[in-house]
Amino acid sequence: MSEFVYLYRSTDAASRAAMGSPEQMQKSMQTWMAWMKQLADKGHIKNPGHPLERAGKLVKGKQRTITDGPYAESKDIIGGYTLIEANDLAQAVELSMGCPILEGGGLVEVRPVLKTGM
Amino acid sequence: MELHEHLFRREAGRIVATLTRIFGVEHLALAEDVVQDAFCRALEVWPFRGVPENPSAWLMATAKHRALDVLRRERTARTFAPELGRLLESDEQLVTEDGIKDDQLRMMFSCCHPRLPEAAQVGLMLHILCGFSVDEVAGAFVSTHAGVEKRLTRAKQVLAESGRLFEIADAADFATRLPAVHRALYLLFNEGYHGASPESAVRAELCREALRLTALLFEYPLASTPATYALAALMCLHAARLPARLDAAGHLSVLADQDRSRWDPNLMAEGQRLLERSAAGPQLTEYHVEAAIAAVHGSAPRVQDTDWAQIVSLYDTLLTIRPSPVVALNRAIAVAQRDGPERGLEEIAAIADRGRLAERRVVERIVGELELRQGRGESARGHFRAAVGLARNSMERQFLEQRIEAC
Repeated sequence: MSEFVYLYRSTDAASRAAMGSPEQMQKSMQTWMAWMKQLADKGHIKNPGHPLERAGKLVKGKQRTITDGPYAESKDIIGGYTLIEANDLAQAVELSMGCPILEGGGLVEVRPVLKTGM
Repeated sequence: MELHEHLFRREAGRIVATLTRIFGVEHLALAEDVVQDAFCRALEVWPFRGVPENPSAWLMATAKHRALDVLRRERTARTFAPELGRLLESDEQLVTEDGIKDDQLRMMFSCCHPRLPEAAQVGLMLHILCGFSVDEVAGAFVSTHAGVEKRLTRAKQVLAESGRLFEIADAADFATRLPAVHRALYLLFNEGYHGASPESAVRAELCREALRLTALLFEYPLASTPATYALAALMCLHAARLPARLDAAGHLSVLADQDRSRWDPNLMAEGQRLLERSAAGPQLTEYHVEAAIAAVHGSAPRVQDTDWAQIVSLYDTLLTIRPSPVVALNRAIAVAQRDGPERGLEEIAAIADRGRLAERRVVERIVGELELRQGRGESARGHFRAAVGLARNSMERQFLEQRIEAC
């Protein structure tokens, strides 16, 4: 088994637009939880990870410039991450296909964790 | 942990009602915004960290903090200083179940403001207290998004201009406003039961929401009047028949043709119990009579066992309380059952406002039905055809097409 990180990315506008009525939001929630549960039941979740606050700071360059971010720099904000276990990148990608964020116009970045070895 | 069905919808109503009490009715829009924010927050956090032990309290606290943030940022904190102070001091005050119930009741009565037309009152209740979006309200009332939005915006404006929420502690005001609340709940239920949108989960949900809000009235002695019991009885006795309204093939099934074994016996019994309780006191409302009619139907194991004489006499009573062409039409249908189709047709012909009857599609169907029973297939077909032209959705159309084939 190898480890992968899912980075959930979406724009603020896209995630807002996908919200809709309370009933629709509840449906999104159920879809998310069902997807997570399905991954967990199959033993693919190493760590469910955390959601990230939208607001933060960017510290940049030798001058250590501090700006509000990450809005200015990137259209797709990382909204959270999950640590996944899968056989290979192909399987990790396959497993990400069911992520509900895709329905709302977001994307999942699948990145293998670099194993340094001893 | 599983999410309670319609959790967000329910919580939307509870949180908006509570925050509006705290921040004032002029901040209704703020309350609605922060509820949306709290739900977004839940959507970001819960998939990763799991559903909190008390999701309702989590959402309420999140929305409240968000509202305080917004008010602070808008530098209007000074205006709200006393409330803010009190809020920050004590959280419990905000989240007691009884307190939230009071808030919902207050909002329910506020929605029935006398300056609002009945349709707006019902729409507002559905939107604010039941968490239906503009599109969902439009879907329920077979209206357009723009039309509903306009109606709700105007209604919220009236609410905000009224300056304060309805005071539920004043017994005299309470008694004065209660009939309007009954009426709005009745209309909400009827929209689910007889509405124009095709039979669907949404229609059943409207009935359920009406029942839920009516049940809230029983928490308050001032609201637990015989009329409230009668209204709840009427809703239960009708809702009991909902499972039989579509037959096995998913087609509309009218009362006479329904498989009565599919009626919900628990709701039927609950309706009977409520109807008995409604008999206390001298007041006889339209809800009493309508519930009694539903109870007569409910107690007949087969359609031919129905006590039509009693139903006719109940409609006679209803005509004196709330005379309308629709009631007269229903009475005529019962007369046809009691005395034969010819007498029913005479009664229908005698309805004074028949020509202007908004329910002309029902008249055409009923006359078609009675003509068919008299063996006049040609005439029956004509009336069914006229009804098809007036059908409100594909299910009704399909039902009528089948009747035409039977001619």
